[in-house]
Amino acid sequence: MGSFLHRHRSAIPYLLLAPGLLWLVLFYVYPSFQMLITSFWSGTLETGFTFSLSNWTTYPEALERYSTQFGRSILYSATATLLTLLIAYPLAYAIAFRGGRYKNLMLFLVVAPFFTSFLLRTISWKIILGDDGLVLGPIKDLGFLDPGFRVLATPIAVISGITYNFLPFMTLPIYVSLEKMDRRLTEAAEDLYAGPWRPGGTIAGAIGGGIVGALMGFSFDFSLLPAIATGAIVGGVGGTLFLNEAFVRVTLPLSLPGVFAGSLLVLIPAMGDYVNATLLGNPSTNMIGNVIQSRFLTNADYPTASALSFMLMIGILAVVAVYARALGTENLTAGRGA
Amino acid sequence: MTATAASPAGGRSARPMKDRIRRFLDRYLLGLYAILAIGYLLLPVAVIALFSFNDPVGRSNLVWNGFTVQYWMDPFGVPGLGDAVLVSIRIALLSTLISAALGTLIALALVRYQFRASGSANLLIFLPMATPEIVLGASLLTMFVAISRPPFFPLNELTILIAHIMFNISFVVVTVRARLSGLDRHLEEAAMDLGATELVTFWKITFPLILPGIVAASLLAFSLSIDDFVITNFTAGRTVTFPMFVWGAARIGIPVQVNVIGTAIFVIAVGLVALSVIFQRRRERPA
Repeated sequence: MGSFLHRHRSAIPYLLLAPGLLWLVLFYVYPSFQMLITSFWSGTLETGFTFSLSNWTTYPEALERYSTQFGRSILYSATATLLTLLIAYPLAYAIAFRGGRYKNLMLFLVVAPFFTSFLLRTISWKIILGDDGLVLGPIKDLGFLDPGFRVLATPIAVISGITYNFLPFMTLPIYVSLEKMDRRLTEAAEDLYAGPWRPGGTIAGAIGGGIVGALMGFSFDFSLLPAIATGAIVGGVGGTLFLNEAFVRVTLPLSLPGVFAGSLLVLIPAMGDYVNATLLGNPSTNMIGNVIQSRFLTNADYPTASALSFMLMIGILAVVAVYARALGTENLTAGRGA
Repeated sequence: MTATAASPAGGRSARPMKDRIRRFLDRYLLGLYAILAIGYLLLPVAVIALFSFNDPVGRSNLVWNGFTVQYWMDPFGVPGLGDAVLVSIRIALLSTLISAALGTLIALALVRYQFRASGSANLLIFLPMATPEIVLGASLLTMFVAISRPPFFPLNELTILIAHIMFNISFVVVTVRARLSGLDRHLEEAAMDLGATELVTFWKITFPLILPGIVAASLLAFSLSIDDFVITNFTAGRTVTFPMFVWGAARIGIPVQVNVIGTAIFVIAVGLVALSVIFQRRRERPA
């Protein structure tokens, strides 16, 4: 053995790789191809399935039939990604720049929720957002809300669930990119007269807030104009107060790799999610994950389910490929290993 | 988000009011926000723990009714729950062990050797992490369906284990690779110069140095496996893991014992992490 390795040193890396990569080929690559093949099947469990290329029509049919759910997945994931970004950025910033000796503790607390069951945490939101629960109960008692008002079984509950569950995936990469930054850069910027950003901060804040408001209006079924107006006002005030030149021209650009990585890490699981929609929503909030799940596990409609699943995979991998081309894959994995 | 740096300019007394407000916001607002955001992240955990002491009316444990420790005294008092927890632990242990071994070997190959296929190897490791879980589970299901006639390939603990090892390998590689690439190669060269063979060098020098990385990777793999629902749902058949039990119970009402176990897992995991931190600090501090 030893002499064999001495004579064939170039074989060593392949020997080390072989068992693990074989596993991935057998149980990741091969199943993906099988899924593509299955999507060209026709038939049922009773009659058996037959493969034919002419079954490509499954794709347009599935797309047309489930376009609502596909659209909802995209809209809900986009909204949730934006919300996680809004919540996570200041949090990551605070940990990186104001954490001091509590930095590690704070990071630990950010990932601590992962130590309990994902399903249980999602079900907790059912208690918290319940019709007379922790949040709505007191507001209704004070008479600010109609007693019939619900959050559960609406898009608000589903998107809140997704936002909550994947928030750490956004926080960690942003933290990593901020932490790596050389702090002297902002000091240098300020020495070079970087001051308050006016009226840029107000304008940028208002535009950003307006976009967030529009997206939330769309997904939550709010009336659009008030949503946009509220977003723009809140964003404008926030932008005026918190954006300065040193942040906009130094810190923000340096943290963008973390922002993009975090967005992808939230978007990937959010697009395929069906747990939040099932536990917190109702049939009219079903996402594409719900369809794939029930087509596979309840209806045994393997061809349609495979076609939907394959389209989802291609869509996500296309986004990932564009990202990887532009920025590499380093940031994506850095946050997870942390 | 004002990034205030120490402005060296003098005139401390003449600082305008606006600047003082800004400074105050900067110092306390961010901290306050961080506390609120972390509170938001931990709120559901607190609710899970609180409702493990609830004494609910009827089946559904969604409304607070009264305090009791009765369910903590009898955590496995629901039929099937104890078995489900055992199945989950078994799968998590086995998948951690196997994926840690396979993943560490891959990481060693990728960091230590230069070879032509390393680009494709990296891609193959990256792809499962970039694929939504539902697609991973669904594609495995199509494979298990396709490789046999009805009533199909038996879905059981083995198929869950296969799936868990598959998604864990990539995470192990990424974590161990990070540790390996930060390693000082001179230590190994020194050992070889002193006459150690490659294998001895590996066991005496390299392995102890990357062990913390392997431990971290194993913890990650274990926690991903024991909590996995989406992929397991597609590969489980009739096997019930802890998350599958919760999912099944969610329709008819979650028994309080589920909260007890969820809380216990949280406390144990946090305790283990705290212990390892204390242990590491003590080791790093010179006596």
